[in-house]
Amino acid sequence: MTERKKMSAIQRRLIPSYIFLVIVALFSVFPLYWMLTAATNTTQEVAQGKILFGANLMVNFRNLLASAKLWGAMGNSFFYAAALTVLSLFICSLAGYGFELYHDKGKDIVFAILLLAMMIPGVATMIPLFKMMSKMHLLSTVWGFVLPTVATPFMIMMFRQNSRNFPLEVMDAARIDGLGELAIFFRIYMPMMKSTYAAAAVITFMNAWNSYLWPRVVLTDPNSAKTMPILIANLAGGYTIDYGVLMLGVLFCSLPTVIVFFILQKQFAQGITGAIK
Amino acid sequence: MERKQKRIGWYFLLTATALICVFSFFPMFSALVTSFKNSTGAQWITESGKPWYYNYARMFQDKTFMTTLKNTFLYLIIQVPIMLVFAILLAQILNNKDLKLRGFFRTCIFLPCAISLVSYALIFRSLFATEGLVNSILLALGFIPAKINWLGQTGTARFVIIFALVWRWTGYNMVFYLAGLQNLDYSVYEAARIDGANGWKTFWHITVPQLRPVIIMTFIMSINGTLQLFDESVNLTNGGPAGTTMTMSHYIYNNAFGTGTANFGYASAMSFLVFILVAILAVINLKVGDTRD
Repeated sequence: MTERKKMSAIQRRLIPSYIFLVIVALFSVFPLYWMLTAATNTTQEVAQGKILFGANLMVNFRNLLASAKLWGAMGNSFFYAAALTVLSLFICSLAGYGFELYHDKGKDIVFAILLLAMMIPGVATMIPLFKMMSKMHLLSTVWGFVLPTVATPFMIMMFRQNSRNFPLEVMDAARIDGLGELAIFFRIYMPMMKSTYAAAAVITFMNAWNSYLWPRVVLTDPNSAKTMPILIANLAGGYTIDYGVLMLGVLFCSLPTVIVFFILQKQFAQGITGAIK
Repeated sequence: MERKQKRIGWYFLLTATALICVFSFFPMFSALVTSFKNSTGAQWITESGKPWYYNYARMFQDKTFMTTLKNTFLYLIIQVPIMLVFAILLAQILNNKDLKLRGFFRTCIFLPCAISLVSYALIFRSLFATEGLVNSILLALGFIPAKINWLGQTGTARFVIIFALVWRWTGYNMVFYLAGLQNLDYSVYEAARIDGANGWKTFWHITVPQLRPVIIMTFIMSINGTLQLFDESVNLTNGGPAGTTMTMSHYIYNNAFGTGTANFGYASAMSFLVFILVAILAVINLKVGDTRD
């Protein structure tokens, strides 16, 4: 059999796979495509089942600006997610560095205990955290948003696992050059762990941007702008829903994370699978 | 010297450890304490002449709570297996090196993970609205005689939630399996093919056993996620009709922060039960995973 014939035989055998994949791919992408088209149509057109792009985008945009604090919520979402990402990466990578590269029995036990925190559901700590933030006057502040999830066992584990192959000889050489332990972290560890930082940043930013339950609890001020997920949830809260406006809101809420997804898909996949090697 | 370094190591992990203690362990303990208190969380429940376990006993007489518990397990038993089987199948298909456009297909299937839970809940709510696209299509194709009120009936509303969950999370889990399969030696498959094993056989006898640790992990994560479902219940069905699709987290939230019904003691008791359920199911899963060796 020639190479070419063999190839086509293999491809022929894969036809059911292709059919299945095309169906699943269409199924996965269609709701998002529909969201895009709905954002450009009037609510009547959406209700009539139109699935092509329309001419109502600017009207929907004006209505959206009139009915919700869009720029305020976008700004908040960006600011909160960025603050959480920067702080979380710093704190968790420092901890992962400490746990792995300075490990001894005591630290391994502490790490095992921290891992138990992974099982604590968000809904269970919501009430005590709310009371705590209220007492510390941190409701409706960036600190109130950030603090409960700035250090997570998952992130620490990710840095700890990924530090496993970090060359100890490099550290020793740096010490001989007179670098302190913290300087080794900043000058050698951080640059060498760039890809782990990228994966961790993508996943932390996305989780922060998309979070809904905790922001709803902690952002209590009724007059200030909320975050994007809360904004779009409120758009759908009335008795009559303008589907064009709602889907434009959903589009604004999804755009940053979808862009991040397309640019950094590999890092995102690494981020969610985290410590699997 | 060595010992001094190890001591310095403690400083590096101090901040994160302290933060997790203050914002995870302490609140969990605090929730347990509050679960024995009254609605404002200021007094012990026994001070008003009720037994100390009052908030826990109340759950089992609370019809709405029992419904939310039932819903959660319904989503768990139906949705999680469907999603994970789909995810493994897709990973198996996409792991084939002869397949063209693998990256394209993977990106499409993974894409739903890029949008927030609130976003997709609202998209599905709009698609399955009585005047929504799903009814229009089914009507035009003649599959249904009249428009269905998907979100207004218990059975169909639960179906929509399960359907939406499968849509959002299948690609997510597939990524774990793809990562797991990458570590697999591809030559094992070649050998199996030469031995005459068909696709189904290789799937059950090579893929599934090799992926077992990852399967257990995704199971635990899915159980954890299902027990904490909130965004979908709030934004897709708003718990309706009449609370029949509500999840536990949604009900706990309503009891803690809902208008007029705030009861910190009772909500804390329910949330502690969620914690216990998560812990029990995780332990069972790990045990099942262990003994099959």
